[in-house]
Amino acid sequence: MSATEISAPFEQAKPMRRPWQRDLAGVLIIGVAAVAGYFLFPDNLALLTRIIAIMLLVLSLDLVTGYCGVATLGHAALFGAGAYAAGIAAVTFGITEPLSMVAIGAIAGAVAGLVSGVVILRGHGLAQLVLSIAVIHLFHEAANKASTYTGGSDGLSGIAPDPVFGLFAFDLWGRTAYVFGIGLLILVFVLLRILVRSPFGTLCRGIRQDPIRVSAMGASVKASLIKMYVISGAVAGVGGALNAVSTQVVGLDSLSFTNSAEALVMLVLGGAGSLYGALVGTIVFMWFEHVVSAANPFHWLTIVGALLIAVVLFAPKGLYGTAVTLMKRFIGSRQ
Amino acid sequence: MSAIFEVERLKKSFGGLDVTKDVSLSMAKGDRIALIGPNGAGKTTFVNLVTGHLQPNSGRVLMDGEDISKFNPMRRVKAGLVRSFQVTRLFSEMTPEEHVALAILQREGKSGRLAGNFHAMPQVMREMGSILETLNLGTLATVPVGEIAYGQQRLLEIALAMALRPKVLLLDEPAAGVPHSDTFLIENALAQLPDDLAVLMIEHDMDLVFRFAKRVVVLAAGEIIFDGSPRAVTDDARVREAYLGSYAHASSAA
Ligand SMILES: Nc1ncnc2c1ncn2[C@@H]1O[C@H](COP(=O)(O)OP(=O)(O)OP(=O)(O)O)[C@@H](O)[C@H]1O
Ligand SMILES: [Mg+2]
Repeated sequence: MSATEISAPFEQAKPMRRPWQRDLAGVLIIGVAAVAGYFLFPDNLALLTRIIAIMLLVLSLDLVTGYCGVATLGHAALFGAGAYAAGIAAVTFGITEPLSMVAIGAIAGAVAGLVSGVVILRGHGLAQLVLSIAVIHLFHEAANKASTYTGGSDGLSGIAPDPVFGLFAFDLWGRTAYVFGIGLLILVFVLLRILVRSPFGTLCRGIRQDPIRVSAMGASVKASLIKMYVISGAVAGVGGALNAVSTQVVGLDSLSFTNSAEALVMLVLGGAGSLYGALVGTIVFMWFEHVVSAANPFHWLTIVGALLIAVVLFAPKGLYGTAVTLMKRFIGSRQ
Repeated sequence: MSAIFEVERLKKSFGGLDVTKDVSLSMAKGDRIALIGPNGAGKTTFVNLVTGHLQPNSGRVLMDGEDISKFNPMRRVKAGLVRSFQVTRLFSEMTPEEHVALAILQREGKSGRLAGNFHAMPQVMREMGSILETLNLGTLATVPVGEIAYGQQRLLEIALAMALRPKVLLLDEPAAGVPHSDTFLIENALAQLPDDLAVLMIEHDMDLVFRFAKRVVVLAAGEIIFDGSPRAVTDDARVREAYLGSYAHASSAA
């Protein structure tokens, strides 16, 4: 009997069901929020779909920045690569089946992730940040120059995706695009939950906390980071492709420094190192941008700046991270 | 007996300072060696050099006769050469459970898996459980390392080394920072290491050295000045001069 007692904490472990239940709860929350968004803001579905696309970008950024500790201001390169690849596939090569476009976007994003990962990971700290800025400018310039395919500064237009599954045509109100986006988001979210819990996810968190310890355990820091960059690229690429499918245009702004920097701001706002933080940060930032820039187009950036300073100073773990900490403290004090 | 681990004529200088001067050492299976020497003698530097965390100016490192001098730290670990750190290096937000499981998965080549979780791997859970029990860390298995006492973090350093199942283990002051009342836990852990594992332990606590080591190597100012039995070390004139001398000075000054 005593033997079973000793081994109990390990044998039963944390019940296997618990993480799955939490994921299910996450999916349910996304689902409920999605339904609410659909009925509460029927005239803003295009904005909501854009938010979903940017969520995918911020989730992707969270993988390398939040989980692996790589600082980058060039992550939109991965998003833009996915957007242009999906758009070019449709316009130039006539691949207009939306799921194929998303798959092409994911592949292009993964390739862009590999390329920018190899470049950015050559540096550390400040050098890393500078390299990431160089990467986004190079991608931007490449897209600008290749105007035969990308439309250059005019943007790539004329993307006309087929109906989803051959049944649901993309409508003027953006209903199909919205539901399509929610579907992709939930799929990616579930896969990423599995990823961050996996041995590789644990390894990456270790790399962020102490890369020297990781190498002393016999794991390759560099190879792991590049692998994560490729995965991250696929996720951002899906976001880019969703944007191309839903707006039916791709502009150079998708590959911009601004887009990269805003994604980082959203991540910090919501809380890096948590998938929920990435989602919360994106919604709050973009909704805030939408409301405040309509009310006061001149000072909205000032207000965003003030908000960001407040978060960094008073809630360094971001909105989600701080909420979790407060909740734990609350529960702890009640016991 | 044939050497499993050999260091040949290792040299390292930082700027003008020669920190490692022509150090050669060999270890056989099952060796229990204590590496001692005054502060700043170059003991940690020696470990950093042989594990690939620092590049030597010259010299070779061999495992099982194979030259691993060109290997990066990761490949040296794969070749069976594992170290612990003098100042704990752990993942502060992760639990002992996650640390040990990650080390086991890494050893088994499964740390790159994109799905699954160690909680669902009975073998990993069993091995992790027994390693943590051995080091009396069972009750702390799910507490983030940043929240546990430093002495227990030192035990986890050893747990990680055990989980990697090395052929040669270099322990850099495993008992440093462990409360005296708990050093027996470290000793217990060392006693449970496999018999054929070659262990080199850097240690200042002479009681621990005498209980653990069958051979003592003394490093002073970057040079090996003694390599022999624990009984002979206290009688050696150069050692008294370099090590015990400064030790005596330090204790008389305090
Ligand atoms: N990266 C470095 N750059 C310059 N000097 C260094 C470096 N690392 C170590 N040293 C110097 O090398 C000498 C040996 O240091 P080392 O840490 O190897 O000593 P040690 O024998 O481990 O001492 P202790 O018992 O205090 O741990 C010291 O004088 C130290 O200042
Ligand atoms: Mg030292």
